[in-house]
Amino acid sequence: MRRFTSLTSITMPLDRANIDTDAIIPKQFLKSIKRSGFGPNLFDEWRYLDHGEVGMDNSKRPINPDFVLNDPQYEGAQILLTRRNFGCGSSREHAPWALEDFGFRAIIAPSFADIFYNNCFKNGILPIVLSSEIVDALFAYQGEIVINLEEQSVKTEDNIYNFEVDAERKRRLINGLDDIGLTLQYEDQIRSFEVEHFKKYPWL
Amino acid sequence: MAQTLYDKLMGAHVVREQDGATLIYIDRQLIHEVTSPQAFEGLTMSGRKPWRNKANLAVPDHNVPTTERSNGVSSISDPVSRLQVETLDKNCETFEINQIQMNDVRQGIVHVIGPEQGVTLPGMSIVCGDSHTTTHGALGALAFGIGTSEVEHVLTTGCLWQSKAKNLKIEVNGDLGKHISAKDIALYMIGEIGTAGATGYAIEFCGTAIENMSIEGRMTLCNMSIEAGAKVGMVAVDDKTIEYVRGRPFTPTGKNWDLAVTYWKTLHSDEGAYFDEKILIDATLIKPQVTWGTSPEMVVDINGETPDPEKEDDPVKAESIRIALNYIHLKPNTSISSIAIDKVFIGSCTNSRIEDLRVAAAVAKGKKIANTIKLALVVPGSGLVKQQAEAEGLDQIFTDAGFEWREPGCSMCLAMNADRLEVGERCASTSNRNFEGRQGQGSFTHLVSPAIAAASAIAGHLSEV
Repeated sequence: MRRFTSLTSITMPLDRANIDTDAIIPKQFLKSIKRSGFGPNLFDEWRYLDHGEVGMDNSKRPINPDFVLNDPQYEGAQILLTRRNFGCGSSREHAPWALEDFGFRAIIAPSFADIFYNNCFKNGILPIVLSSEIVDALFAYQGEIVINLEEQSVKTEDNIYNFEVDAERKRRLINGLDDIGLTLQYEDQIRSFEVEHFKKYPWL
Repeated sequence: MAQTLYDKLMGAHVVREQDGATLIYIDRQLIHEVTSPQAFEGLTMSGRKPWRNKANLAVPDHNVPTTERSNGVSSISDPVSRLQVETLDKNCETFEINQIQMNDVRQGIVHVIGPEQGVTLPGMSIVCGDSHTTTHGALGALAFGIGTSEVEHVLTTGCLWQSKAKNLKIEVNGDLGKHISAKDIALYMIGEIGTAGATGYAIEFCGTAIENMSIEGRMTLCNMSIEAGAKVGMVAVDDKTIEYVRGRPFTPTGKNWDLAVTYWKTLHSDEGAYFDEKILIDATLIKPQVTWGTSPEMVVDINGETPDPEKEDDPVKAESIRIALNYIHLKPNTSISSIAIDKVFIGSCTNSRIEDLRVAAAVAKGKKIANTIKLALVVPGSGLVKQQAEAEGLDQIFTDAGFEWREPGCSMCLAMNADRLEVGERCASTSNRNFEGRQGQGSFTHLVSPAIAAASAIAGHLSEV
């Protein structure tokens, strides 16, 4: 997995609450059996004026000039700034795959849906929870911000905001550790648990 | 110490704890074609093998056609959909995973067939790369949706890292009114607490309305717990649970059955167990619920109206109302029952079980759908539900009334197959999500119960029974 230590970037302000994973990546793109290439279809229905389908040449599609992702002043932003309950709905990991493929490495919001939040960490994306007041302030702020995962901080020119993150998730993200490899270190422990478990619940 | 049901279920599966993360053992993983290809690819690339093949059961459901499909996978006309189903077939063969294939009579929506086959049982830890895995909590199981990286993790290690959720008790007391169902409780609850109202919580539903509810009703309610943001939605095991589970193909028998029942009877919260939050709902106050907007929390009584953003104090909420009304082409203060619909969908992992079909058929019996309805679909949750419905003559009632009777699958809930709404079409749907474009780009969804869906098909507009 890609490591995350620190990041300096402008933010992409997506001012909307309750953005669901269907909006992040619509279902027709879930038919892919690959893990990459979802970036051009991130927020497809908001980003383009036509109906998107798998296999289209996205560079030739009419873009929606009113949608923030198409605003040239935010080009290259690696931090998505948005409102509460981001990533609700479907468990599709295609949502963080699309965000990562587009170029986002961090997302700041007042809250996230549980499965989406979890999926971000598996893909080297840092989801940051900050209060609605701080998020309001960041929406009003122009310029680059600096995210430091070790310090658990978000810095603007005038302010430093600290955020919470589970120690274990932080360790894995900073070191780019592979979850499966880590878990398999405990293979013997899992085996012995399993033996006891099936003894206790023999019908399983 | 007195424990909640969630604490007991977590406790029974802890392999290891470190730094606030808990490694839990997974008894059962359900697999479908959409969220598994990349997980199997991960196994191939790393050269790893499944930890315990028998822990898994696969079924294709999202992409399958609901029309004539006797030619099997080649009946899928969309090549991209077909490849996904073929990939599942291939992966299950390569990795020796038990699969119920597309043309097996037991095929159906993963969350319908799990309990139907006895593959998901009380007390189990159950995961699936699908958010509606919360459904299985109705049996007193620990069941939740995961992403594809975690599907691969469970396939490879038999385990999953978790952080403990908080406990939320939702107590629903009193008798439900006529034509009011578990779906109405679910939508009402989400309307009360919001789509993030239970984020970080494990919900346990209890109270007299839940005790009196059938297991299938409990599945509908637990299914929609994810729409409130919950980690899991559960109901304690009672006699109904045990009777439901008895005699199913994968249910234990003989001595193991007796042992299992003894254990299952302990699967309830202890007297005095601590809940971080408690919510009380009076079931007698619940009217048929209809969503008006683009989030399941945007819900009102069927005799209500769309909201007015001018009357909303919270600016973020007011803006959400404006965006939703604008998308769904409705004005503020519109009477819900005046809203004309184009299509009706009865199905999905929320409402496609035999009881749902019985309720809808009872409403449709001897009537005709309105001539303004372009399509009214009934999509049973599994081949066995379909068989049962046909044995009861429900298919005939539906087709006589002008509904189409289809083959099982996820269908128009998310429109990954050919069943979808066209731009500007409006649907009364028994599914679980009314997000923008969910049932087809530029389409409008109103979530309702099976009774209201059937009544609306007959009336041509959103309607009470």
